[in-house]
Amino acid sequence: MNREPRWAVFFTVLVALVAQALPLWPWLDNVRPSFIALVIIYWGIFAPHAGGIFAAWLAGLALDVFKGEVLGQNALAVALLAYIAISLHQRLRNQTLVQQSLFVFAMLTFNELVVWAIEGWSGKAVSTQWRWIQPMIGAMLWPFIALLLGRTHSRS
Amino acid sequence: MAVFGSGGGRNLGGRGPSFGFRFFCYAVISVVLMFYDKRGGWLETARYGLQAAIYPLQLAVNSPSAAWRWTRENFATRESLQREVDALRMQLRDQQLVTMRQAALQAENATLRGLNATQPEVIEKRLVGEVVNVETSSMRQRVLVNRGGNSGVHPAQPVITGDGVLGQVLRIGPFSSEIILLTDSEHALPVQVLRSGVRTIALGTGRGTLLELPYVPQNYDVKVGDLLVTSGLDQVFPYGLPVARVTSVTRDPAEPLAKIQAATLARIDAEREVLFVWARANHPASPATPEALAVEAPQQ
Repeated sequence: MNREPRWAVFFTVLVALVAQALPLWPWLDNVRPSFIALVIIYWGIFAPHAGGIFAAWLAGLALDVFKGEVLGQNALAVALLAYIAISLHQRLRNQTLVQQSLFVFAMLTFNELVVWAIEGWSGKAVSTQWRWIQPMIGAMLWPFIALLLGRTHSRS
Repeated sequence: MAVFGSGGGRNLGGRGPSFGFRFFCYAVISVVLMFYDKRGGWLETARYGLQAAIYPLQLAVNSPSAAWRWTRENFATRESLQREVDALRMQLRDQQLVTMRQAALQAENATLRGLNATQPEVIEKRLVGEVVNVETSSMRQRVLVNRGGNSGVHPAQPVITGDGVLGQVLRIGPFSSEIILLTDSEHALPVQVLRSGVRTIALGTGRGTLLELPYVPQNYDVKVGDLLVTSGLDQVFPYGLPVARVTSVTRDPAEPLAKIQAATLARIDAEREVLFVWARANHPASPATPEALAVEAPQQ
Protein backbone atom coordinates (compact mmCIF):
# COMPACT_ATOMS: atom_id res chain seq x y z
CA MET A 1 0.00 0.00 0.00
CA ASN A 2 2.87 2.34 0.71
CA ARG A 3 3.95 2.57 -2.90
CA GLU A 4 2.71 6.06 -3.49
CA PRO A 5 4.76 7.99 -6.09
CA ARG A 6 5.69 10.73 -3.65
CA TRP A 7 9.00 11.54 -5.28
CA ALA A 8 7.35 11.68 -8.68
CA VAL A 9 4.82 14.15 -7.27
CA PHE A 10 7.59 16.25 -5.75
CA PHE A 11 9.71 16.44 -8.88
CA THR A 12 6.87 16.97 -11.32
CA VAL A 13 5.50 19.79 -9.20
CA LEU A 14 8.96 21.32 -9.10
CA VAL A 15 9.26 21.06 -12.88
CA ALA A 16 5.80 22.58 -13.26
CA LEU A 17 6.83 25.45 -11.01
CA VAL A 18 9.88 26.08 -13.14
CA ALA A 19 7.84 25.80 -16.34
CA GLN A 20 5.43 28.34 -15.00
CA ALA A 21 8.06 30.79 -13.84
CA LEU A 22 10.43 30.49 -16.78
CA PRO A 23 10.88 33.93 -18.30
CA LEU A 24 9.36 33.90 -21.78
CA TRP A 25 8.53 36.36 -24.51
CA PRO A 26 5.39 38.30 -23.61
CA TRP A 27 3.26 36.78 -26.40
CA LEU A 28 4.10 33.27 -25.24
CA ASP A 29 3.72 34.27 -21.62
CA ASN A 30 0.16 35.39 -22.34
CA VAL A 31 -0.98 31.95 -23.46
CA ARG A 32 1.00 29.92 -20.94
CA PRO A 33 -1.42 27.72 -19.01
CA SER A 34 -1.09 27.00 -15.32
CA PHE A 35 1.21 23.98 -15.32
CA ILE A 36 0.93 23.69 -11.57
CA ALA A 37 -2.83 23.30 -11.88
CA LEU A 38 -2.46 20.67 -14.61
CA VAL A 39 0.02 18.61 -12.62
CA ILE A 40 -2.03 18.87 -9.44
CA ILE A 41 -5.18 17.75 -11.27
CA TYR A 42 -3.26 14.79 -12.67
CA TRP A 43 -2.02 13.64 -9.29
CA GLY A 44 -5.42 14.25 -7.77
CA ILE A 45 -6.95 11.84 -10.27
CA PHE A 46 -4.28 9.16 -10.51
CA ALA A 47 -2.59 9.16 -7.11
CA PRO A 48 -4.93 10.88 -4.66
CA HIS A 49 -2.97 9.70 -1.64
CA ALA A 50 0.52 10.53 -2.87
CA GLY A 51 0.50 14.25 -2.33
CA GLY A 52 -3.04 14.97 -1.43
CA ILE A 53 -4.29 18.46 -0.79
CA PHE A 54 -1.24 19.39 1.25
CA ALA A 55 1.14 19.03 -1.71
CA ALA A 56 -1.21 21.10 -3.82
CA TRP A 57 -1.48 23.78 -1.19
CA LEU A 58 2.29 23.91 -0.77
CA ALA A 59 2.82 24.13 -4.54
CA GLY A 60 0.35 27.00 -4.72
CA LEU A 61 2.08 28.75 -1.85
CA ALA A 62 5.45 28.35 -3.60
CA LEU A 63 3.91 29.91 -6.69
CA ASP A 64 2.65 32.83 -4.60
CA VAL A 65 6.09 33.48 -3.19
CA PHE A 66 7.67 33.02 -6.58
CA LYS A 67 5.36 35.40 -8.36
CA GLY A 68 5.14 37.82 -5.47
CA GLU A 69 1.37 37.51 -5.30
CA VAL A 70 -0.72 37.81 -2.17
CA LEU A 71 0.27 34.85 -0.01
CA GLY A 72 -2.39 32.16 -0.11
CA GLN A 73 -3.98 33.23 -3.36
CA ASN A 74 -2.76 30.42 -5.59
CA ALA A 75 -2.50 28.13 -2.57
CA LEU A 76 -6.26 28.32 -2.07
CA ALA A 77 -7.06 27.99 -5.78
CA VAL A 78 -4.80 24.98 -6.30
CA ALA A 79 -5.92 23.25 -3.10
CA LEU A 80 -9.48 23.64 -4.33
CA LEU A 81 -8.53 22.00 -7.63
CA ALA A 82 -6.86 19.12 -5.82
CA TYR A 83 -9.91 18.65 -3.63
CA ILE A 84 -12.30 18.49 -6.57
CA ALA A 85 -10.02 16.22 -8.60
CA ILE A 86 -9.56 13.86 -5.64
CA SER A 87 -13.26 13.79 -4.93
CA LEU A 88 -14.07 12.86 -8.52
CA HIS A 89 -11.02 10.74 -9.22
CA GLN A 90 -12.80 7.41 -9.54
CA ARG A 91 -15.12 8.73 -12.20
CA LEU A 92 -12.39 10.64 -14.04
CA ARG A 93 -9.91 7.80 -14.12
CA ASN A 94 -12.12 5.74 -16.39
CA GLN A 95 -12.75 8.52 -18.87
CA THR A 96 -10.85 8.95 -22.10
CA LEU A 97 -8.21 11.64 -22.33
CA VAL A 98 -10.51 13.80 -24.44
CA GLN A 99 -13.30 13.58 -21.89
CA GLN A 100 -10.79 14.43 -19.19
CA SER A 101 -9.70 17.43 -21.23
CA LEU A 102 -13.18 18.86 -20.96
CA PHE A 103 -13.06 18.47 -17.20
CA VAL A 104 -9.59 20.03 -17.14
CA PHE A 105 -10.86 22.97 -19.16
CA ALA A 106 -13.63 23.55 -16.66
CA MET A 107 -11.20 23.19 -13.75
CA LEU A 108 -8.62 25.58 -15.18
CA THR A 109 -11.30 28.15 -15.91
CA PHE A 110 -12.53 27.76 -12.36
CA ASN A 111 -8.95 28.21 -11.15
CA GLU A 112 -8.61 31.47 -13.10
CA LEU A 113 -11.95 32.62 -11.73
CA VAL A 114 -10.85 32.01 -8.16
CA VAL A 115 -7.50 33.76 -8.66
CA TRP A 116 -9.21 36.60 -10.49
CA ALA A 117 -11.74 37.04 -7.71
CA ILE A 118 -9.02 37.10 -5.07
CA GLU A 119 -7.00 39.59 -7.13
CA GLY A 120 -10.06 41.77 -7.34
CA TRP A 121 -10.60 41.54 -3.61
CA SER A 122 -6.97 42.28 -2.78
CA GLY A 123 -6.98 45.34 -4.98
CA LYS A 124 -4.85 44.30 -7.92
CA ALA A 125 -5.96 46.70 -10.57
CA VAL A 126 -4.80 45.14 -13.79
CA SER A 127 -5.87 42.01 -15.58
CA THR A 128 -5.58 40.75 -19.12
CA GLN A 129 -8.11 39.18 -21.45
CA TRP A 130 -5.53 36.55 -22.26
CA ARG A 131 -6.06 34.74 -18.99
CA TRP A 132 -9.33 33.30 -20.31
CA ILE A 133 -7.47 31.75 -23.26
CA GLN A 134 -5.05 29.94 -20.99
CA PRO A 135 -7.51 27.23 -19.79
CA MET A 136 -8.17 26.30 -23.42
CA ILE A 137 -4.46 25.89 -24.11
CA GLY A 138 -4.16 23.90 -20.90
CA ALA A 139 -7.00 21.58 -21.91
CA MET A 140 -5.36 21.02 -25.29
CA LEU A 141 -2.09 20.15 -23.58
CA TRP A 142 -3.76 17.81 -21.12
CA PRO A 143 -3.49 14.54 -23.14
CA PHE A 144 0.25 15.08 -23.61
CA ILE A 145 0.83 16.01 -20.00
CA ALA A 146 -1.23 13.06 -18.79
CA LEU A 147 0.74 10.64 -20.97
CA LEU A 148 4.03 12.19 -19.89
CA LEU A 149 3.19 12.07 -16.19
CA GLY A 150 1.83 8.53 -16.61
CA ARG A 151 5.39 7.43 -17.34
CA THR A 152 6.66 8.67 -13.99
CA HIS A 153 4.78 6.09 -11.94
CA SER A 154 3.21 2.67 -12.28
CA ARG A 155 -0.54 2.92 -12.60
CA SER A 156 -2.46 0.91 -10.09
CA MET B 1 -20.75 19.71 -2.32
CA ALA B 2 -22.55 16.62 -1.11
CA VAL B 3 -21.17 14.72 -4.11
CA PHE B 4 -17.61 15.73 -3.28
CA GLY B 5 -18.08 15.02 0.37
CA SER B 6 -19.36 11.51 -0.04
CA GLY B 7 -16.76 10.61 -2.67
CA GLY B 8 -13.87 11.95 -0.68
CA GLY B 9 -15.04 10.99 2.76
CA ARG B 10 -16.16 7.41 2.55
CA ASN B 11 -14.13 5.75 -0.12
CA LEU B 12 -10.80 7.27 0.68
CA GLY B 13 -11.21 7.58 4.40
CA GLY B 14 -9.71 5.43 7.06
CA ARG B 15 -6.53 7.47 7.11
CA GLY B 16 -7.11 10.50 9.21
CA PRO B 17 -9.72 13.15 8.52
CA SER B 18 -11.66 13.22 5.25
CA PHE B 19 -10.45 15.20 2.28
CA GLY B 20 -13.31 17.58 2.67
CA PHE B 21 -12.24 18.49 6.18
CA ARG B 22 -8.60 18.76 5.18
CA PHE B 23 -9.47 21.04 2.33
CA PHE B 24 -11.51 23.18 4.65
CA CYS B 25 -8.50 23.58 6.96
CA TYR B 26 -6.19 24.60 4.12
CA ALA B 27 -8.79 27.01 2.81
CA VAL B 28 -9.01 28.65 6.21
CA ILE B 29 -5.21 28.91 6.45
CA SER B 30 -5.09 30.44 2.96
CA VAL B 31 -7.68 33.05 3.76
CA VAL B 32 -5.94 33.95 7.01
CA LEU B 33 -2.64 34.26 5.12
CA MET B 34 -4.21 36.51 2.51
CA PHE B 35 -5.79 38.66 5.14
CA TYR B 36 -2.58 39.20 7.07
CA ASP B 37 -0.50 39.56 3.94
CA LYS B 38 -2.62 42.50 2.88
CA ARG B 39 -2.47 43.97 6.35
CA GLY B 40 1.30 43.65 6.54
CA GLY B 41 3.14 42.95 9.76
CA TRP B 42 4.49 39.62 10.92
CA LEU B 43 3.94 37.96 7.57
CA GLU B 44 6.64 40.19 6.15
CA THR B 45 9.12 38.22 8.24
CA ALA B 46 7.70 34.94 6.99
CA ARG B 47 7.91 36.16 3.42
CA TYR B 48 11.50 37.20 3.98
CA GLY B 49 12.37 33.61 4.89
CA LEU B 50 10.28 32.15 2.08
CA GLN B 51 12.08 34.36 -0.41
CA ALA B 52 15.34 32.76 0.68
CA ALA B 53 13.84 29.29 0.30
CA ILE B 54 12.62 29.97 -3.20
CA TYR B 55 15.73 31.83 -4.39
CA PRO B 56 17.61 28.73 -5.65
CA LEU B 57 14.61 27.87 -7.79
CA GLN B 58 14.52 31.38 -9.16
CA LEU B 59 18.17 31.08 -10.07
CA ALA B 60 17.49 27.73 -11.73
CA VAL B 61 14.69 29.23 -13.76
CA ASN B 62 17.02 31.91 -14.99
CA SER B 63 19.87 29.52 -15.78
CA PRO B 64 18.98 28.84 -19.45
CA SER B 65 19.14 32.51 -20.39
CA ALA B 66 22.20 33.01 -18.18
CA ALA B 67 23.92 30.09 -19.92
CA TRP B 68 23.02 31.51 -23.29
CA ARG B 69 24.43 34.91 -22.34
CA TRP B 70 27.59 33.34 -20.97
CA THR B 71 28.09 31.38 -24.18
CA ARG B 72 27.52 34.40 -26.33
CA GLU B 73 29.92 36.52 -24.32
CA ASN B 74 32.60 33.87 -24.34
CA PHE B 75 32.42 33.27 -28.04
CA ALA B 76 32.30 36.93 -28.94
CA THR B 77 34.62 37.68 -31.81
CA ARG B 78 37.60 39.96 -31.53
CA GLU B 79 36.02 42.51 -33.85
CA SER B 80 32.81 42.78 -31.88
CA LEU B 81 34.77 43.22 -28.65
CA GLN B 82 36.91 45.85 -30.32
CA ARG B 83 33.78 47.65 -31.49
CA GLU B 84 32.38 47.55 -27.97
CA VAL B 85 35.61 48.94 -26.50
CA ASP B 86 35.62 51.73 -29.05
CA ALA B 87 32.03 52.61 -28.29
CA LEU B 88 32.71 52.64 -24.55
CA ARG B 89 35.79 54.78 -25.02
CA MET B 90 33.79 57.29 -27.00
CA GLN B 91 31.07 57.29 -24.35
CA LEU B 92 33.65 57.86 -21.63
CA ARG B 93 35.09 60.83 -23.47
CA ASP B 94 31.65 62.35 -23.88
CA GLN B 95 30.91 61.82 -20.21
CA GLN B 96 34.20 63.42 -19.25
CA LEU B 97 33.30 66.47 -21.29
CA VAL B 98 29.99 66.70 -19.45
CA THR B 99 31.45 66.30 -15.98
CA MET B 100 34.59 68.36 -16.57
CA ARG B 101 33.09 71.52 -15.14
CA GLN B 102 31.15 69.81 -12.39
CA ALA B 103 33.35 71.05 -9.55
CA ALA B 104 33.21 74.60 -10.83
CA LEU B 105 29.45 74.41 -11.30
CA GLN B 106 28.97 73.04 -7.81
CA ALA B 107 30.97 75.93 -6.33
CA GLU B 108 28.97 78.38 -8.40
CA ASN B 109 25.74 76.78 -7.25
CA ALA B 110 26.82 77.03 -3.62
CA THR B 111 27.57 80.71 -4.06
CA LEU B 112 24.17 81.30 -5.63
CA ARG B 113 22.48 79.48 -2.81
CA GLY B 114 24.42 81.46 -0.28
CA LEU B 115 26.17 78.50 1.19
CA ASN B 116 29.75 78.51 2.35
CA ALA B 117 30.65 75.01 1.31
CA THR B 118 29.56 72.98 -1.67
CA GLN B 119 27.04 70.26 -0.99
CA PRO B 120 28.20 66.70 -1.46
CA GLU B 121 26.43 64.53 -3.99
CA VAL B 122 22.91 63.61 -2.88
CA ILE B 123 23.55 59.92 -3.48
CA GLU B 124 25.46 58.91 -0.42
CA LYS B 125 25.95 55.24 -1.10
CA ARG B 126 25.31 52.89 -3.94
CA LEU B 127 25.31 49.18 -4.47
CA VAL B 128 25.55 47.33 -7.75
CA GLY B 129 23.22 44.40 -8.23
CA GLU B 130 22.83 41.94 -11.05
CA VAL B 131 19.46 41.14 -12.57
CA VAL B 132 18.79 37.43 -12.28
CA ASN B 133 15.22 37.20 -13.49
CA VAL B 134 13.04 39.46 -15.58
CA GLU B 135 9.28 39.39 -15.84
CA THR B 136 7.81 41.79 -18.34
CA SER B 137 4.28 40.76 -19.13
CA SER B 138 1.56 43.30 -19.66
CA MET B 139 0.31 42.67 -16.14
CA ARG B 140 3.57 42.70 -14.23
CA GLN B 141 6.90 44.30 -14.88
CA ARG B 142 9.27 43.10 -12.24
CA VAL B 143 12.90 42.11 -12.04
CA LEU B 144 14.70 40.04 -9.47
CA VAL B 145 18.11 41.27 -8.37
CA ASN B 146 20.76 39.32 -6.50
CA ARG B 147 21.01 41.75 -3.58
CA GLY B 148 18.76 41.63 -0.55
CA GLY B 149 18.47 42.33 3.12
CA ASN B 150 21.94 40.96 3.84
CA SER B 151 23.41 43.74 1.69
CA GLY B 152 21.36 46.40 3.44
CA VAL B 153 18.72 46.76 0.76
CA HIS B 154 15.34 47.82 2.13
CA PRO B 155 11.81 47.99 0.68
CA ALA B 156 10.92 51.18 -1.21
CA GLN B 157 14.51 51.88 -2.08
CA PRO B 158 15.24 53.71 -5.34
CA VAL B 159 16.83 51.60 -8.06
CA ILE B 160 18.48 53.29 -11.01
CA THR B 161 20.63 52.40 -13.98
CA GLY B 162 23.26 54.45 -15.75
CA ASP B 163 20.56 55.97 -17.95
CA GLY B 164 17.87 56.81 -15.46
CA VAL B 165 15.39 55.59 -12.87
CA LEU B 166 14.47 51.92 -13.20
CA GLY B 167 12.06 51.40 -10.34
CA GLN B 168 11.97 50.73 -6.64
CA VAL B 169 12.40 47.77 -4.33
CA LEU B 170 9.09 46.08 -3.71
CA ARG B 171 10.01 43.14 -1.56
CA ILE B 172 13.20 41.74 -0.18
CA GLY B 173 14.63 38.40 0.82
CA PRO B 174 18.00 37.86 2.48
CA PHE B 175 19.79 37.35 -0.85
CA SER B 176 17.45 38.83 -3.38
CA SER B 177 15.05 41.66 -3.93
CA GLU B 178 12.11 42.10 -6.22
CA ILE B 179 12.02 45.41 -8.04
CA ILE B 180 8.88 46.92 -9.47
CA LEU B 181 9.76 48.75 -12.66
CA LEU B 182 8.41 52.21 -13.23
CA THR B 183 6.60 50.89 -16.32
CA ASP B 184 4.58 48.40 -14.23
CA SER B 185 0.92 49.28 -14.48
CA GLU B 186 0.73 49.41 -10.69
CA HIS B 187 3.56 51.92 -10.38
CA ALA B 188 3.22 55.69 -10.18
CA LEU B 189 6.11 58.11 -9.88
CA PRO B 190 5.96 61.83 -9.05
CA VAL B 191 7.99 63.65 -11.68
CA GLN B 192 8.85 67.16 -12.70
CA VAL B 193 9.41 68.58 -16.17
CA LEU B 194 12.96 69.87 -15.90
CA ARG B 195 12.50 72.73 -18.37
CA SER B 196 9.28 74.25 -17.07
CA GLY B 197 9.07 72.89 -13.53
CA VAL B 198 5.62 71.38 -14.05
CA ARG B 199 5.05 68.65 -11.49
CA THR B 200 2.89 65.64 -12.17
CA ILE B 201 2.72 61.88 -11.82
CA ALA B 202 4.02 59.35 -14.35
CA LEU B 203 2.07 56.11 -14.46
CA GLY B 204 3.39 52.84 -15.83
CA THR B 205 1.44 51.25 -18.66
CA GLY B 206 2.81 47.71 -18.75
CA ARG B 207 3.87 48.26 -22.36
CA GLY B 208 7.57 48.42 -23.18
CA THR B 209 9.15 51.67 -22.02
CA LEU B 210 5.94 53.67 -22.21
CA LEU B 211 4.79 55.98 -19.40
CA GLU B 212 1.64 58.04 -19.26
CA LEU B 213 1.13 61.43 -17.64
CA PRO B 214 -2.65 61.63 -17.36
CA TYR B 215 -2.98 64.48 -14.86
CA VAL B 216 -1.58 67.46 -16.75
CA PRO B 217 -4.04 70.27 -17.52
CA GLN B 218 -4.25 71.48 -21.14
CA ASN B 219 -2.51 74.80 -20.57
CA TYR B 220 0.53 73.49 -18.72
CA ASP B 221 3.89 73.84 -20.38
CA VAL B 222 4.95 70.38 -21.57
CA LYS B 223 6.52 69.74 -24.96
CA VAL B 224 7.72 66.75 -26.87
CA GLY B 225 11.35 66.08 -25.95
CA ASP B 226 11.09 67.47 -22.42
CA LEU B 227 13.13 65.65 -19.83
CA LEU B 228 11.23 64.35 -16.81
CA VAL B 229 13.13 64.06 -13.54
CA THR B 230 12.03 62.75 -10.16
CA SER B 231 10.45 65.50 -8.09
CA GLY B 232 11.39 64.02 -4.71
CA LEU B 233 7.88 64.50 -3.37
CA ASP B 234 7.26 60.76 -3.07
CA GLN B 235 9.58 60.45 -0.05
CA VAL B 236 11.43 57.70 -1.95
CA PHE B 237 13.48 59.17 -4.77
CA PRO B 238 15.87 62.08 -4.39
CA TYR B 239 15.14 65.10 -6.56
CA GLY B 240 16.53 65.31 -10.07
CA LEU B 241 17.13 61.75 -11.22
CA PRO B 242 16.35 61.50 -14.94
CA VAL B 243 13.26 59.39 -15.62
CA ALA B 244 11.91 59.73 -19.13
CA ARG B 245 11.57 61.91 -22.19
CA VAL B 246 8.19 63.12 -23.43
CA THR B 247 7.37 61.45 -26.75
CA SER B 248 3.91 62.76 -27.53
CA VAL B 249 1.57 65.48 -26.33
CA THR B 250 -2.03 65.46 -27.56
CA ARG B 251 -4.30 68.33 -26.62
CA ASP B 252 -7.96 67.71 -27.37
CA PRO B 253 -9.94 70.91 -26.72
CA ALA B 254 -12.90 68.85 -25.55
CA GLU B 255 -10.87 67.30 -22.74
CA PRO B 256 -9.78 69.09 -19.57
CA LEU B 257 -6.46 67.25 -19.47
CA ALA B 258 -3.74 66.74 -22.04
CA LYS B 259 -2.72 63.26 -23.19
CA ILE B 260 1.00 62.92 -22.63
CA GLN B 261 3.23 59.93 -23.19
CA ALA B 262 6.88 59.48 -22.35
CA ALA B 263 9.55 56.86 -22.88
CA THR B 264 11.81 55.81 -20.03
CA LEU B 265 15.50 56.54 -20.35
CA ALA B 266 16.49 53.28 -18.67
CA ARG B 267 16.39 50.40 -21.12
CA ILE B 268 13.84 48.35 -19.25
CA ASP B 269 14.36 45.00 -20.94
CA ALA B 270 18.06 45.10 -21.64
CA GLU B 271 19.47 46.11 -18.28
CA ARG B 272 21.74 43.53 -16.61
CA GLU B 273 23.14 45.68 -13.84
CA VAL B 274 21.25 48.02 -11.59
CA LEU B 275 22.21 50.42 -8.81
CA PHE B 276 20.55 50.60 -5.43
CA VAL B 277 21.01 54.10 -4.07
CA TRP B 278 20.85 55.64 -0.63
CA ALA B 279 20.08 59.33 -0.52
CA ARG B 280 21.89 61.62 1.88
CA ALA B 281 19.66 62.90 4.67
CA ASN B 282 19.16 66.67 5.08
CA HIS B 283 20.32 67.40 1.58
CA PRO B 284 18.36 69.92 -0.51
CA ALA B 285 17.76 67.21 -3.11
CA SER B 286 17.01 64.35 -0.74
CA PRO B 287 13.50 62.86 -0.79
CA ALA B 288 10.92 65.05 0.90
CA THR B 289 10.13 64.14 4.48
CA PRO B 290 6.57 63.78 5.75
CA GLU B 291 7.05 66.92 7.89
CA ALA B 292 8.09 68.96 4.88
CA LEU B 293 5.09 67.77 2.91
CA ALA B 294 2.56 68.34 5.67
CA VAL B 295 0.20 71.15 4.80
CA GLU B 296 0.18 73.68 7.57
CA ALA B 297 -3.16 74.68 9.00
CA PRO B 298 -4.06 78.26 8.07
CA GLN B 299 -3.23 80.73 10.84
CA GLN B 300 -6.28 82.06 12.62
